[in-house]
Amino acid sequence: MLIESKFHIEQAALSETCMAGEAWTGLVKKGQTFRILDLKGNQAVDTLFYNAHDAEERYSAADTIQRQGQIYLTNGSVLYSSEGNPMLTITADTCGRHDTLGGACAAESNTVRYDLAKRSMHSCRDSFMHALNHSEHVHDRSMTKRDITANINFFMNVPVTPDGGLSFADGISAPGKYVEMRAEMDVLVLISNCPQLNNPCNAYDPTPIQLLVWD
Amino acid sequence: MTFNTKDFLVNKTLWQETVPGGNHWSGLMRRGSALRFTDLQGGANVSMLLYNIEDKLERYNMPDTLKAQHTAFLSTGNVCYSDMGRVMCSIINDTVGWHDTMCGLSDAALIEQKYGVSNYQAQRNAMYRNAKDGLLIELAKHGLGKRDLVANINLFSKVSANNEGRLVFNGGNSQAGDMVDIRFDMNVLVVLSTAPHALDTKVIYQPADVLLTAWHAGLADTDDVCRKACEQNQRGFINTERFYAN
Repeated sequence: MLIESKFHIEQAALSETCMAGEAWTGLVKKGQTFRILDLKGNQAVDTLFYNAHDAEERYSAADTIQRQGQIYLTNGSVLYSSEGNPMLTITADTCGRHDTLGGACAAESNTVRYDLAKRSMHSCRDSFMHALNHSEHVHDRSMTKRDITANINFFMNVPVTPDGGLSFADGISAPGKYVEMRAEMDVLVLISNCPQLNNPCNAYDPTPIQLLVWD
Repeated sequence: MTFNTKDFLVNKTLWQETVPGGNHWSGLMRRGSALRFTDLQGGANVSMLLYNIEDKLERYNMPDTLKAQHTAFLSTGNVCYSDMGRVMCSIINDTVGWHDTMCGLSDAALIEQKYGVSNYQAQRNAMYRNAKDGLLIELAKHGLGKRDLVANINLFSKVSANNEGRLVFNGGNSQAGDMVDIRFDMNVLVVLSTAPHALDTKVIYQPADVLLTAWHAGLADTDDVCRKACEQNQRGFINTERFYAN
């Protein structure tokens, strides 16, 4: 079910734009609301969450899937940590379905999926590695590749069929669609705004997103 | 699919070991060796993770495994990819047909909620162990910990999703005597627990024992069932072969 937000953009405590192919990090405090806005439509947003006080506790795709008996995320979904604690709850969603299984593109997985010669194409994994080196939020926590795990792909459509087939399908997002979540603990957000050009996850045209936080 | 590895086993078995239901195990499986997992009583579950022994930052990657092969589960012909685009291991034979990749681990709170309080003092080695703590114990033996605990494989268990994405646990997916043969294409640290699947609907704690049989399988040839399964796997094997090129 699609649910719209009661928050107004002009009242946001934080509003930043992240270009395609770049990483973004931010802190969202318990009780604050975090919105990811798909400005141009069909843009995959690869997202990881960490307990802001102990990055060893992090978003866990398997815990989130298992504890809800559900593979997609939408309004009402709870994002669980590796310790089984609720990290965020989705409180508004005008897209309707977000992916938990597709993970992040990487130079290495691109060689498998598309062609050995695709290694040099920019990828979410490389953006995450860049953030490990350059983001003060991440750097302060001594995070490494060990801390990069199966992420959420907001706005991405990865349908799984009852017989177990899985595909990357055309997106169901559109310009101005958003997903909004309330933090249930203080969280560090690590995003790669996906640069993938080899499949329809970004409609072959990666575009900017906007990140907003309300008190 | 016929079990053409059966005769091979008789002559090339390296060792056998039974992992009691609920227990945990880890070991190094070298490139070219294989493990047959046999469900001894039916309804077994093996929660498993894989690491490159030479660089344990390289590990089994659930999303990369699923999207490369366009599948949400594993069976014959599928391989397990590392996050570095390499084939870590291959399912070369399987009588089960579906191994879960999505549902993670049972933990202490879940096992207590489903099966009741249990501890070693009262029950000795019949205590109710859970998969998460079992894997963490084994990981710690190799200098690894919670940061290395990622989305795992659950051998023998089937959980499918309906068109809305809602999960259904398929009891009876694996019967006594069912088996799956996994060849290791890298030098892989295998870490596993035979505790129940988190979504298992059985009301008593009675996880099946699992027999491990190791044998020398050799490397994937050009006609290999997993290499031939899709062009993605052909490239994955090339990446693995380049890693060991010498």
